[in-house]
Amino acid sequence: MNVVVSLDRVSVRYGQQWALREVTASFPAGAVGLLGPNGAGKSTLLRALLGFVSPEHGDMRVLDLDVNTAPVAIRGRIGYMPETDAHVPGMNAVTFVAYCGELAGLPRQDAMQRAHEVLYYVGLGEARYRNLETYSTGMKQRIKLAQALVHDPDLLFLDEPTNGMDPRGRDEMVALVRDIAHEKGLNLILSSHLLPDVEQTCDHVVVLDKGRVAAQGPIAALKGQGAHVYEVRVKGDRHPFVAALAAAGVECHGGDDEPMRVFVPEDRDAQYLFQLAASHHVQIRHLRPSLPTLEDVFAQAVNET
Amino acid sequence: MSAEPLIHDQGYRRYSGRRHPHGSAWTVIARNHIRATVRQRRILALLVFSWVPFVVRAVQIYVASSFEQARFLAATPQTFREFLMQQSIFVFLVSMALGGLIADDRRANALQLYLSKPLTRVEYIGGKLVVLLVFLLGITLIPALMLLLLQTMFSGSFAFVTSNLFLLPAIVLFSFIQSLVSAFALLALSSLTGSRRFVAAMYAGIVFFTSALVQILRVMTGSRAWAWLSPRDVLDAVATMVFRGGTPSIPVPVALLAIAAIVAGSIAILERRVRAVEVIG
Repeated sequence: MNVVVSLDRVSVRYGQQWALREVTASFPAGAVGLLGPNGAGKSTLLRALLGFVSPEHGDMRVLDLDVNTAPVAIRGRIGYMPETDAHVPGMNAVTFVAYCGELAGLPRQDAMQRAHEVLYYVGLGEARYRNLETYSTGMKQRIKLAQALVHDPDLLFLDEPTNGMDPRGRDEMVALVRDIAHEKGLNLILSSHLLPDVEQTCDHVVVLDKGRVAAQGPIAALKGQGAHVYEVRVKGDRHPFVAALAAAGVECHGGDDEPMRVFVPEDRDAQYLFQLAASHHVQIRHLRPSLPTLEDVFAQAVNET
Repeated sequence: MSAEPLIHDQGYRRYSGRRHPHGSAWTVIARNHIRATVRQRRILALLVFSWVPFVVRAVQIYVASSFEQARFLAATPQTFREFLMQQSIFVFLVSMALGGLIADDRRANALQLYLSKPLTRVEYIGGKLVVLLVFLLGITLIPALMLLLLQTMFSGSFAFVTSNLFLLPAIVLFSFIQSLVSAFALLALSSLTGSRRFVAAMYAGIVFFTSALVQILRVMTGSRAWAWLSPRDVLDAVATMVFRGGTPSIPVPVALLAIAAIVAGSIAILERRVRAVEVIG
């Protein structure tokens, strides 16, 4: 497996607050999701890889280069799409993207040619002569992607690329990211707290929670990791039943208005649930085997940290 | 028949062309800003207006060289010193007009874009510094050198230049000191905020406040010992020294120390403020 980014016991802190603690992770080639709730340390991890923040300790390598010793060379091979709105003021889209290409080392003519191409690719072809200050939120997201792509990086860092987009725009952005990773052959790390975005675009995932790695690996493998999943509805007081499940090491999420998702270890089956329910005077009114989703992986990983 | 090459491929293609080596991004920044600045009519008008004193001095030199009765107007080394000190007002105005160099980037969160490219903070600041120096030297060094050239042309000999050999290096040295001090101070102020108006207000405030403070202290103490607090007085002392105009109002080492302090302080502010991520803590 080709590894494009690796971190070994990396810790970063802002003042007294630890943003990353002893993070050890590998990002293989292809599309990798960086998942985690808000404040988990996803953006900090990307910023550390770009050399924006210095870790207290630990080693980081990007594309076989050491972040400490070769940050400029690394940034020459990376495209970064930041989470927040960002542009160079007073420019139209094509000038801005070409300017970013030149900053990344492209000759002027090539940068301009690629700016046009990339803007068409991200869906801003018709708006490329408009001033960036007049762009909508969705267009600003696309222009950030365009500036990250213009110099044809080997690795893309996309930080919450669908932030603030309407459903249609979000679908289009997800489709673009998927195309970049699967059709154009670029490696990318997609940082997001939106599980469907990651599930639709990535093959691997690294889950961060409270600055630590909660889970990592191929999504398919993580989904199928050692449990039967059931959707369960019960009649009666479910709280003692849920407590009994937890005491028996059976994970359970959801409830109230929606079915509970119960993760029964591989060595047990649905019969076990019926027995436990009966012993706690609860009726199981609905039980359906389900497939594990990334949401389950995420919930399990976050609960374990 | 061979296939025609696509005129416009709307898909994404890999790039296999040439790339400039790292270390030249500051030229891209400088070129882009210079081009954008001269497109602004307001600044262009200011730059043109900054050359009015040059025209006046050029006429003075012409008249003094051409008419016997106007010999009293003949240029001396102090003419060039006075010219450069007069240009201080335009250095001030042009600097204020360019106050958004870093502030605009801060407002638009552009620093993280710049610094995610293969360039260092030194290159970023260097590119912005070059923009300021080009315009400031364009209204100080260039017209002063042209006046020296006109003096030689109108007088028809090199006598003035040869008898004042220090003049050429003095013009170059003082123009650079004057421009560098203004440029560094302005960039530092520009890095403190996201508003170019606030930068202009701070810059004007510092210039006028320090001058006023020195005047007040002079009246109160009867001494010029506090003149080093005012950048204008410091530059005046350096000009007096460089152009051999007598005894400077401030001891030269003190003036040079004050200039070094302004530049060092500005660099310290820039080092702290020009970052892709602002860490508070």
